[in-house]
Amino acid sequence: MAVITLHRKPLTFAERTYLPQVAAGLWTTFKHLLRPKETLEYPEQRPAIPPGYRGVPALVKDPHGREKCVSCQLCEFVCPPKAIRITPGAVPADQPERTHVEKAPQEFEIDMLRCIYCGLCQEVCPEEAIFLQNQYSMTGYSRAEMVNNKEKLYALGGTRPDAHYKWDKKKAAESAGGAHH
Amino acid sequence: MCDLICHIPPAVQDLLLSILKGFAVILVIFPIAGASSMAERKVSAWIQGRYGPNRAIVPWFAYVPFVGRFLQRLGVFNLMADGGKLLFKEDPLPGHVKKFYFMLAPLVGLVPAFTTVTVVPFGAYLDRAGQVVPLMLANVDVGILAIFAVASLGIYSMILAGWASNSKYPFLGSVRASAQLVSYELSLTLSVLPVFLWVNAPGTDATLSLARVVEFQSQPGLMGGMWFIFLMPVSALIFLVALFAETNRLPFDMIESEADLVGGFHTEYGSFKWSLFFVAEYSHMVVGSAVFVLLFFGGWNPLPWLPLATLTGWLHLQDWPVVVGALSVVIFLVKVLAMIFFFMWVRWTVPRFRYDQVMKIGWQKLLPLAIGNLLFYLLVIGAIHAF
Ligand code: SF4
Ligand code: SF4
Repeated sequence: MAVITLHRKPLTFAERTYLPQVAAGLWTTFKHLLRPKETLEYPEQRPAIPPGYRGVPALVKDPHGREKCVSCQLCEFVCPPKAIRITPGAVPADQPERTHVEKAPQEFEIDMLRCIYCGLCQEVCPEEAIFLQNQYSMTGYSRAEMVNNKEKLYALGGTRPDAHYKWDKKKAAESAGGAHH
Repeated sequence: MCDLICHIPPAVQDLLLSILKGFAVILVIFPIAGASSMAERKVSAWIQGRYGPNRAIVPWFAYVPFVGRFLQRLGVFNLMADGGKLLFKEDPLPGHVKKFYFMLAPLVGLVPAFTTVTVVPFGAYLDRAGQVVPLMLANVDVGILAIFAVASLGIYSMILAGWASNSKYPFLGSVRASAQLVSYELSLTLSVLPVFLWVNAPGTDATLSLARVVEFQSQPGLMGGMWFIFLMPVSALIFLVALFAETNRLPFDMIESEADLVGGFHTEYGSFKWSLFFVAEYSHMVVGSAVFVLLFFGGWNPLPWLPLATLTGWLHLQDWPVVVGALSVVIFLVKVLAMIFFFMWVRWTVPRFRYDQVMKIGWQKLLPLAIGNLLFYLLVIGAIHAF
């Protein structure tokens, strides 16, 4: 490989006094002084949340207001800091049209002091039941307060408008002849 | 008026007056130091594209329309909150320090800082005869010499603090402080000599008084009204650079440089003792800026070639010495505050020098330049007076 020798240009006298450089720097900082501010005044002004933002994870319901989570516990296993704790249970008796789903979480807790907002739970969930929300500001006075239980998770997540109705289709297919849809 | 004070013996009068002056210094310098610290935070914020402190407000002040809001946004109340915090916070005294000297150091720093303030003239008024009388607390003829002599005592507080803290970073900081201050003291002093040579032309009363320098800059005529910044730009530059070094401001704040020395000489200090160091530092800054303004920027003269007396004539204020005095103080303060703003502005413009660079600039660049400058003006002044 050819070696190219670069010669550093000797500094001119003006450059060696350092003064033109300082003056130019002062001009630059002065322009910054007059520019509009970069920061937001946080509690009043909120930043725009970009799509794909990973905020607080929460459980969502389908458009009919039914629970989507089937308590498969995949998210619990995948969660790197072990923030999720699920107590599996049966589908409650007052939802007869969902008994064929067989399982539902009895309790579902996410410890927000452990969660690292990695989004793996959302990635892994086969039911699209857990999503990271836009909310980023979680505060509390005690450790217990920072653990989101199932009720809180559904309150945070709300319903999600994607109409898959996987289990309805499954039931329909079953009653039509046992084949998969 | 006389009923009140005339029957007090003169010695006691003097004493009372001195005490009053002392309080005046404290009452002026503490708020100015506080305001400078606030300005420091605001200017830093603005230059960095932030808002800076703008939340704190005294509850009942929030009801004052517009003004309350304006002061809140300016962060004025943060200043009070800061002061209150520093005053009432627990004052830690680490176990490993030399306690007596540790507590002495901030006070040692404060005394020279406050003493120099007294010999700085900060305004002037015209007496009945149309003579300009400077306003200052202690009218000593040695003026600039007193300031240089006393201000450099401030270094003892840093050395004491660094040594008494009994840990390595403060110690390194104070070692740097002494080396740096010694290096730049020389250029600082040499750079003002031409000014005083010029003022003390042969045949005039010899003086080192700063008020005299301002008077010199308020004479009529092209040369008379000329501020020394135009006459001696190199002196002004050397003085300014040395002033940055003397007041430990960036780009010369080797003493505190938080990147390599944690906090420098005040690493072990907290709460009120720490804030005393800062009051001292800011008052050094204020005095330094004041001296710079007096020497090179015409003191309380509003504009070059426009002395205070002329302005007074224009505004027909000859019979109002108090108003003239207030006006001159305001003009002077505006200039000093502009200088302080410049200090902060430079802080966010020029990155900190390396220690060897600081020494190199001091000894190899600034000092020869100052000596050359002095020689040049010696010859010029000699030539002027010879022909
Ligand atoms: S976002 Fe990551 S850390 Fe948080 S609950 Fe989901 S998997 Fe666990
Ligand atoms: S949220 Fe999804 S992954 Fe987690 S248990 Fe429920 S269905 Fe399974």
